[in-house]
Amino acid sequence: MSNLRIDWIACEGRGACAELAPEVISEDPWGYPIITPGSLPDAALPHVRRAVAACPALALRLVEDPRKP
Amino acid sequence: MTAWERLLPASGASGELRDLTTHVHTYGELDRDRSPHALIADVRDSGLTGRGGAGFPSYRKLEAVRAASRAARATPVVIANGAEGEPASHKDKVLLTHAPHLVLDGLQVAALALGADEAVIYVHEGPLVSTVADVIDIRRRTRVDRVPTRVVSAPARFISGQETAVVSRIDGGSALPRSVPPPIYQRGVQRRPTLVNNVETLAHMGLIARYGGEWFRGLGTTAEPGTMLFTVSGAVQRPGVVEAPIGVGLDQLLGISRLTAPVNAVLVGGYHGTWIEYEDGRHTLADASLEPVGARLGAGVLVALPASACGLVETSRVATYLADESARQCGPCLNGLPAIAHALTGLARGRRDPSLPAQIETLIHLVEGRGACRHPDGTARMVRSALRVFRAEIDLHLGGHCSATTSAPVLPTGADPTGGRGEREPVGATS
Repeated sequence: MSNLRIDWIACEGRGACAELAPEVISEDPWGYPIITPGSLPDAALPHVRRAVAACPALALRLVEDPRKP
Repeated sequence: MTAWERLLPASGASGELRDLTTHVHTYGELDRDRSPHALIADVRDSGLTGRGGAGFPSYRKLEAVRAASRAARATPVVIANGAEGEPASHKDKVLLTHAPHLVLDGLQVAALALGADEAVIYVHEGPLVSTVADVIDIRRRTRVDRVPTRVVSAPARFISGQETAVVSRIDGGSALPRSVPPPIYQRGVQRRPTLVNNVETLAHMGLIARYGGEWFRGLGTTAEPGTMLFTVSGAVQRPGVVEAPIGVGLDQLLGISRLTAPVNAVLVGGYHGTWIEYEDGRHTLADASLEPVGARLGAGVLVALPASACGLVETSRVATYLADESARQCGPCLNGLPAIAHALTGLARGRRDPSLPAQIETLIHLVEGRGACRHPDGTARMVRSALRVFRAEIDLHLGGHCSATTSAPVLPTGADPTGGRGEREPVGATS
């Protein structure tokens, strides 16, 4: 269960996240992010935080407890 | 009234139930002095589930809004959703045309149960707006309702009825899905806790408040009680809306609608639903029974595909329609649905590329779960079922053949053929 959330309406597919956190985010054929299934490895967290901060559309969110909305 | 017909009794077919006196004479007075606790307990005991497609337990939905409004100390809003976007579905239009008071009764029940101070009935633009407005006006003049009700309309698009689109529209915005969270039961219209129920769900609630939860369970199955409005079309002589208990046999329901031709597959639950093999109609119409074939009743759409038509051609046409109906807000839906439709159209038109089915499977994975609303998921579900059920037809097409003997379209994809008036008479379950 991943705890990265994408606001699909906000996301413009700029690709910054996949560039900054390639270990957990890849791109679909249209440039929109695909989050690697499974829980986020702790080692990836610094890259993930960087990707969240760098998203130009503010569409990426890190949710610490994935059960909460 | 036969035992089956609760929402659409025979007398309702001619529109008599639009008259408030006839309505009260038929169903009895609604007791508006019962406590919220008693109203909610009745809905709990009834086992009613949502009839708009998702099938969520109505009691839990009420409880969620009640808890959220307590926690936030905010007065909730209740909404009757009658924006039936599905071209193959007519039951909401028929219900609002023939028995609107039952819906408005249910809306009052929900409002009283939750202590709401505002009720909205949400429908597509068209003649239904004035029908509903007239009924609200009559009730206002007779002062039967405690909670003021108004009508809000939205463009007649497939996705206008998605819950977040409903909230957005009522708040004065466009009828397009919004990003959640927080969920609308916490923060909906005017940022208040909001209950959105399908109009049929509310009509059942209007009856449950009168006759009780135990009465409601007198029809249907133990796990899925009550009756449901089915919209039956395709290879039938009398397409239209039929009320029947959940658990009715597919063969029986198609019999009522007068099956006219051999059938090879049935679309269950609509354009976000599932194709299943016909199997001589030996299906029980309940979610528990349909689960092994991957189907759910959804909003009660049933289309019997005649053996003379091609399931691939039909599915490609519907997929193209659904791609056009995307709100174009979310990348995977905006790009993925047209790609799916294009590949399916290739298959349907005889492009002999054996990689097409696998390409479609890949595209389905790319749209599923990747949108603000359920449009991509529902479309993916329907297309995936077509790949399964029409497997033999796919092989025929890849070999340069098609089994169809007619090219007349079966599934509607254009504007609502009734213009939103719900002209199609209820067929009536005369068993």
